Amino acid sequence: MVAIIKYNAGNTQSVMCALKRLGVPFILTDDEREIRSADHVIFPGVGEARSAMSYLKERGIVSLIRSLDMPFLGICLGMQLLSSFSEENDTECLDLVPLSIRRFEKRDGYKIPHMGWNTVSFDEGCPLFNGISNDSYFYFVHSYYAEDADCAIARTDYDGITFSSAIAKDNFYGVQFHPEKSGEDGLRLLSNFLKETR
Amino acid sequence: MLAKRIIPCLDIKDGRVVKGINFLSLRDAGSPVEMARAYSALGADELVFLDITATVEKRKNLSALVRDISENISIPFTVGGGIGGLDDAYAVIESGADKVSINSAAVRRPSLIDELAGRFGSQCVVLAVDVRKNDALSSGYEVVIEGGRKRTGLDALSWIKEGEKRGCGEILLTSMDHDGTKNGFAIDLNSRISTNIDIPLIASGGAGRAEDFYDVFSLGKADAALAASVFHFHEIDITDLKRYLKDRGIAVRI
Repeated sequence: MVAIIKYNAGNTQSVMCALKRLGVPFILTDDEREIRSADHVIFPGVGEARSAMSYLKERGIVSLIRSLDMPFLGICLGMQLLSSFSEENDTECLDLVPLSIRRFEKRDGYKIPHMGWNTVSFDEGCPLFNGISNDSYFYFVHSYYAEDADCAIARTDYDGITFSSAIAKDNFYGVQFHPEKSGEDGLRLLSNFLKETR
Repeated sequence: MLAKRIIPCLDIKDGRVVKGINFLSLRDAGSPVEMARAYSALGADELVFLDITATVEKRKNLSALVRDISENISIPFTVGGGIGGLDDAYAVIESGADKVSINSAAVRRPSLIDELAGRFGSQCVVLAVDVRKNDALSSGYEVVIEGGRKRTGLDALSWIKEGEKRGCGEILLTSMDHDGTKNGFAIDLNSRISTNIDIPLIASGGAGRAEDFYDVFSLGKADAALAASVFHFHEIDITDLKRYLKDRGIAVRI
């Protein structure tokens, strides 16, 4: 069973639709027992870091997430919240991955948010990208980015900046793009996460 | 590199696609879900659904349709037409739409932009702006509403800047002078607007040939281009169009 964590910044509908298309059973829940008993956990996110973290803290989900040991995938804001710190309203995050989240600075010719399809260059060998061609396009929408760091398993360029577009540390994975909105390659990545990681 | 986006637009009336009757060899070319699937397979980067259903009663079925679309495609899509408040927007976003587009309602009540951006985030809010040439205004273009029938006296660039300030995440700019002509996009208009805003610009109105898309991306500085009939009637094949653009040095997703 896959648990999708329910909270105030979830973009859960499209993630649920993608899992339905993959034929994978899932539950949308904020219940500790249900999350602990899941084989895989997905942590989606569209919204603002500070209010998301306050919500998660109030409901005890912060300590719950930190203690999980099954494969865990953060998507978009869900990935950024795995970091130590986000410049978005100076937010202390889950601190599961040594990483900082920065704001794209305004620059001539570059629009913010970084919105649309961009290429993802991944390190060979990561199971998330099995069967996907390197430099394939994935769909992004974000105004903050994860700096390039040791935990990066894939990188993307925008605004003259190379940022981490996918990260991994222990059982925690994160992707800045939206696999649930990235066509066939996106579905493949979700399926890889569910089948190839344990 | 961030790709330029190609966006087919589907007009929906009473749950059916209108103007799309000639589309490829679909069993049911009036089915929004089937057309969405076909466009997704051809390589469309996003879709826009514009609901032109006249009666409130029939609009109630929109949420079910949006859910059906959401379950059948895995690319982003925007729903617009008649969204006048938080409840309308919530219904389509909750059903799986990635963005809502607002047009006349935002001109009549600009705070609608702030409300939607505050509740759903800027990335969910597309401000659709229809304009006509008017040299009496400082940018040379005037905002028109109600499908182009009503002038507003608003300068296009000032209104778009206001929309950006109020929190919309993207501009969908239609030149009513070019719409339906198939003589190419409004290059000067798009370039003037795009270089004066910090959010992405979708150009619309006038697509007739593959060259028009090249021009609006290279000269018009648009981030995305939207068209309807040239795609629906298969005058331009999206796969061929993307190959053509790629060969001419435009970054596209293939």
